[in-house]
This record gives sequence, C-alpha cells and structure tokens, in this order.
Amino acid sequence: MQALVEHIPYARFLGIEVDRKGNEITTVMPFRESLIGNTMLPAIHGGAIGAMLEITSVIQLLFDTACERLPKTVDISVDYLRSGRPVDTFGRAIVTRQGRRVANVRAEIWQEEKARPIAASHGHFLLTPA
Amino acid sequence: MSDNPALSMMPPHGQAIGIEFLRQEGQKIIVRVPYADHLVGDPDTGVIHGGVITATLDNASGWAIRCHRDFAEGLSMATLDIRIDYMRPAEPHVELLVEAECVKMTRNVAFVRAVAHEGDTSDPVATSVASFMMGTPNAPRE
Repeated sequence: MQALVEHIPYARFLGIEVDRKGNEITTVMPFRESLIGNTMLPAIHGGAIGAMLEITSVIQLLFDTACERLPKTVDISVDYLRSGRPVDTFGRAIVTRQGRRVANVRAEIWQEEKARPIAASHGHFLLTPA
Repeated sequence: MSDNPALSMMPPHGQAIGIEFLRQEGQKIIVRVPYADHLVGDPDTGVIHGGVITATLDNASGWAIRCHRDFAEGLSMATLDIRIDYMRPAEPHVELLVEAECVKMTRNVAFVRAVAHEGDTSDPVATSVASFMMGTPNAPRE
C-alpha cells in the first residue's frame, strides 16, 4: 500500500503515508509548510484536505476491491468541519457500497482527536475491472 | 491583472502547486496551473491528480469572493463545503485553467461556482459548487 502511494507523484508531493494494522488502513499526512493555505491562522489548505480525503478513499477502495488500475473519481463532496491546524493529519475511509462499475466511499480526517474530525467527504468512484 | 492586492497573495500550498492568477473579467476570476510532474495522479497516463483540481477550484473560489461587488475588504472566510464533478481526465502536459464566480453573497454565506478547463469552457475537466462562511476568525486560537 505504501508503495502504491509512492507510485502517485501528487500523493508523494503531499507526503501521504499509509499505516496498515491488520485490515485497518489509516492514511497519514505529516505536517509540512507547503500544505498551508492560510498563513494568518495558520491553517492547512482546503485543497490539500480535499486531496487527502480523495486519496484516503482511493486507497481504501484499492484495498477492498480487486481493481488493478486506479479508480477514477467521478465526484467528491467535502464538508470542512474545523480548520486544519499545522500538525499531522490522519484519515480513514469506508466503502459504503461497491457496485460493478461504481463505488460509494465516505472518508473522514482528523488531527489530535479522532472524535473531532476536521473534514469529511463522500464520493463516487469508477472502478476499472482487473 | 487585478488591482485587488489580496489576489497577489498566494498561500504556500497554492505556490507549491504552481497556481497563478491570470486575470479578472468582471466578477469572474481566471487562474492557471501549468502542468508539472509532481502534480501527476496516474503515472501510467500522466494525468494530473484530482486533488490538484480540488485545490485550484477551492483557491480560485475563495478569490472570486474577493472580487464580488459586496465583498468588504479584510473580511475573512472559510470553505464550508465544496462539491466537485470530475467530467473527464485533464490532458497531460497541457495547462489547466480555472474560472470562478461568486454567484451570491449574503451576510453569512457566499456561493461560488467554478469550472476547470483547458481553454474551452464548454468542454470542462471539472466543475465545482462551493459555499463559504464569511467573517470567520482569522487569528490563531489561544
């Protein structure tokens, strides 16, 4: 799984890592200066947060399904719940439904406390069969 | 170029992606993202990652609010939500353009629509609908 993220240049650029414990997958985005979107607060850029939710969803999909190619994002809807502080961010996703061609995935990311997510998403992904 | 000084301020993540402010046309703003290797999402095809499009749509949407006639200088904002439809893969090695327009501004919330394309808005790569909370705190929490 880690090799897979390193295979995606943009995921590497964001510094996303994958932590797998048994069948549970957590994505980690260690804080770095280039993630800042608001220098006043400071806060992580909404785009980096959206990207992390999308990557977390795709990684979970690849783990759960037998697709060989990367699933294609059809749409993603992101709720920003709290501002992303300049610390490490963690993510989890659940495939809520997997059809033959499309899958629905929900994802959530948090920082210090898992119970206080900073953003949540639901998206649809096109599966390319293995 | 716009004479709005807020538009020349590119956040570090915007700089890291390479987002550039192009111009303002009325209330619409146009930004560009030059193609770059570190933005690729699928190394087999060279297509840029959806996250890059997300970040650019989000950034451009925020700027579009600053160009709205009712925008009060110095007012801060925070993205409440953004919904993005990815309509087709971006063409590898081609710069991406994003046009964003704040369609409605109220005291508390601003509504923004944006489209990512490669020169022809009728053939979009992605579109987004976002809402922003206006007048959010813009100082570090204690």
